[in-house]
Amino acid sequence: MEYVNIFVKSLFIENMVFAYFLGMCSFLAVSKKVPTAVGLGAAVIFVQVITVPLNYLIYKYVLEPGALKWIDPSFEALDLSFLTFILFIASVATMVQLVEMIIEKYSPSLYNSLGLFLPLIAVNCAILGGSLFMQQRIDAGVYSNMGHVLTFAFASGLGWAIAIILMAAIREKMEYSNVLAPLRGLGITFIVTGLMAIGFMSFGGIDLNAFNKKPELKSADEKTEISEVAPASPVDSISVGSVTKRSL
Amino acid sequence: MSDTNKEGLFSKSNIKLITNPLNDDNPISVQVLGICSALAVTVQMKNAFVMSISVIAVIAIGNVIISLLRNYIPSRIRIIVQLVVAAALVILVDQILKAYAYDVSKQLSVFVGLIITNCILMGRFEAFALKNKPWPSFLDGLGNGLGYGFVLMVVAFFRELLGSGKIWGYPVLGDPIEKTGVYSMGYINNGLVILAPMALLMVGIFIWVQRGINKKLIEK
Repeated sequence: MEYVNIFVKSLFIENMVFAYFLGMCSFLAVSKKVPTAVGLGAAVIFVQVITVPLNYLIYKYVLEPGALKWIDPSFEALDLSFLTFILFIASVATMVQLVEMIIEKYSPSLYNSLGLFLPLIAVNCAILGGSLFMQQRIDAGVYSNMGHVLTFAFASGLGWAIAIILMAAIREKMEYSNVLAPLRGLGITFIVTGLMAIGFMSFGGIDLNAFNKKPELKSADEKTEISEVAPASPVDSISVGSVTKRSL
Repeated sequence: MSDTNKEGLFSKSNIKLITNPLNDDNPISVQVLGICSALAVTVQMKNAFVMSISVIAVIAIGNVIISLLRNYIPSRIRIIVQLVVAAALVILVDQILKAYAYDVSKQLSVFVGLIITNCILMGRFEAFALKNKPWPSFLDGLGNGLGYGFVLMVVAFFRELLGSGKIWGYPVLGDPIEKTGVYSMGYINNGLVILAPMALLMVGIFIWVQRGINKKLIEK
């Protein structure tokens, strides 16, 4: 059941767009039409599912303090974690390039729909952000195996895709509305995103331990879990905290 | 610097490189770049300030490096080269923050690392540094960094003031628990302003005000 837990949490409560503002640049730039939004959303899920587990392996076997001892026990004291950023971004960029070439070779139809978006994704913060959150949560002991990481990768990508498709649908409708001149375009998009984020906050009230089999530990579990998962960012710890208080 | 002979270091066109991004060509509210981090770090002015300084440093120095390398970078792999330059600079910034401002670096969490994929960086590298000499590139980086920092500070000012009644950590509105200052008249902090959605609304309002004043930015 912990997988369902991670899935729901990454998809709704810790949605990449509405809770962490990741991938905002492409979220705002490519959300004008639903079909393109679907394409970019699919590409993000695809790349996220490939790169986050890959970076998990890199972190586990190269970067973590003492991770290199599989080569030689004398490397036990090495700590390469300061190289995290450069290795993660390098693996993201190479994977994106590789995936693009492979798709181009073997599936031209998929390439025609996704290919355009793949270069955009190398610099999408949601992708690198996913890997960095994964690293942070592994350090905090929230995720402990490949299954957790895969679930997180898929759910966070899906959350991003859902967000951009919803946004594109709203913006298509908004073409016909009479928006104040200074707010037209970018301004109203920000405000609509803000209102959607308020809507997504209500998912914070979901009692994830309803999925668990031991209901008597419910409230205590919920509290510790959320305080562990909540990242160091003050915004989100506050939002999650206050919502939990209300739901309890 | 060879170009200084023909053109003064602070000639009119060079000064424009710095002043333009503050208003007419602001990276956040006009070019729509670098929004991810702008929204996430604006709960407190101190964090926003540290973030702005980091971004200014990375863009300005990165721009100079890319500009120096511009004739040697094969265009097919330029994105990866740009990412490597950005990542190397961000690692430096991250280590410096961890050494001298550990609390702030903990609060900024992954967002320091995300400077690498900050679209302002890629945007400026692609659009400016690859085509221009080091000195204008430096000014361009500085200007765009300042434009980014300006929006960050304005948004952070209002979010901190309305959300927790403080400016730069000092309780200017009195003590909400002891009921001093404006709180004695029944004023309450608006808790919503601290939460994620209000960051978006705040930037929306910033854009509204900016375009209300500067009519030529209005979209059709």
